[in-house]
Amino acid sequence: MKVHVLRAGTIVLLAVFVCSFASAQISTPSDNSAFSIPKAQLIQPAELSRLLHTSGADKPLILQVGSRVLFTEAHIAGAEYAGPGSQPEGLQKLQSRVAPLSRKTLIVLYCGCCPWNRCPNIAPAIRLLHTLGFTRAKALYLADNFGTDWAEKGYPVERGR
Amino acid sequence: MELRIGQCRIPLGRILPRRFLAVILLVGTAVAALGAPSALAAKSLVGKKAPNFVRTGLNGARLDLKNYRGKVVLLNFWATWCAPCQIEMPIFAAWQRQDGPQGLQIIGISMDDGPTPVRKLLSKMKLTYPVAMGDAHLGELYGGVLGLPLTYLIDRNGIVRARFQGETDPKIIEKQLKLLLLRR
Repeated sequence: MKVHVLRAGTIVLLAVFVCSFASAQISTPSDNSAFSIPKAQLIQPAELSRLLHTSGADKPLILQVGSRVLFTEAHIAGAEYAGPGSQPEGLQKLQSRVAPLSRKTLIVLYCGCCPWNRCPNIAPAIRLLHTLGFTRAKALYLADNFGTDWAEKGYPVERGR
Repeated sequence: MELRIGQCRIPLGRILPRRFLAVILLVGTAVAALGAPSALAAKSLVGKKAPNFVRTGLNGARLDLKNYRGKVVLLNFWATWCAPCQIEMPIFAAWQRQDGPQGLQIIGISMDDGPTPVRKLLSKMKLTYPVAMGDAHLGELYGGVLGLPLTYLIDRNGIVRARFQGETDPKIIEKQLKLLLLRR
């Protein structure tokens, strides 16, 4: 009986492994998924906070590319609203904002409207900046949302605008 | 019983004895529970009186929270750009149909920047509960709506009893909701 169960268990585990591998090969993140953003283009909240607090450090231009209502409630201190990255008009606004800047400008984009894997805004926005040649454009990795991963951690926030 | 992973189907019932399957299910459930979002994280509003608000619903009717005293209110902050919100809404609509007679009232607050996309979406969804537009002020009133979805459960006495931030298993919300509905 034990041998039978062990053998059956092994078969199931092997099947699970093979199917998981096959699924991983088939399902790559869609272009608009935040998972499509290369790791090299991400910045973590703690790292951004350090940058903002370090005197003499290269201060980034911080742009929120999500909801205006959520931005008005609270946003990263010094950040500007740039329009939702999931909408053509939002991307147009972002493009206009960065047009006069040097392509070497350090820019941090963030959204935090929803859990990272569900955010419709951040991937199109960061892709646009890299397409435009902004090699130092980074996306702030907010795993759950702006409240949980930034505001509630005590990182600097502002209200209004 | 079969296990589905991607496009593969594994007929578990044929391969494994029932006891072994039961153990797998138990372990799986425990792992899923541990990995669930922190739905019950202590937030300042929980245990306090729900802040009152008055809005005009998108159907034109006046929506005054205090008028729902005596009912269990599920207050859901959502937006049209929030994918997990749109998974929850048909479930909430079903709960309203099912538990409305027991005293459940669901209220949707859209945190969209304007009503146009909301009206468009609502015309496709057959919601059974009122929806109004929110704003930064209402968000602040509710402890900061800085990520969606966000759902509050308010008991029949107007006290906030639970807060669910982010993508939450509806069964977790429903369990608490049912408990509140049982309290008279």
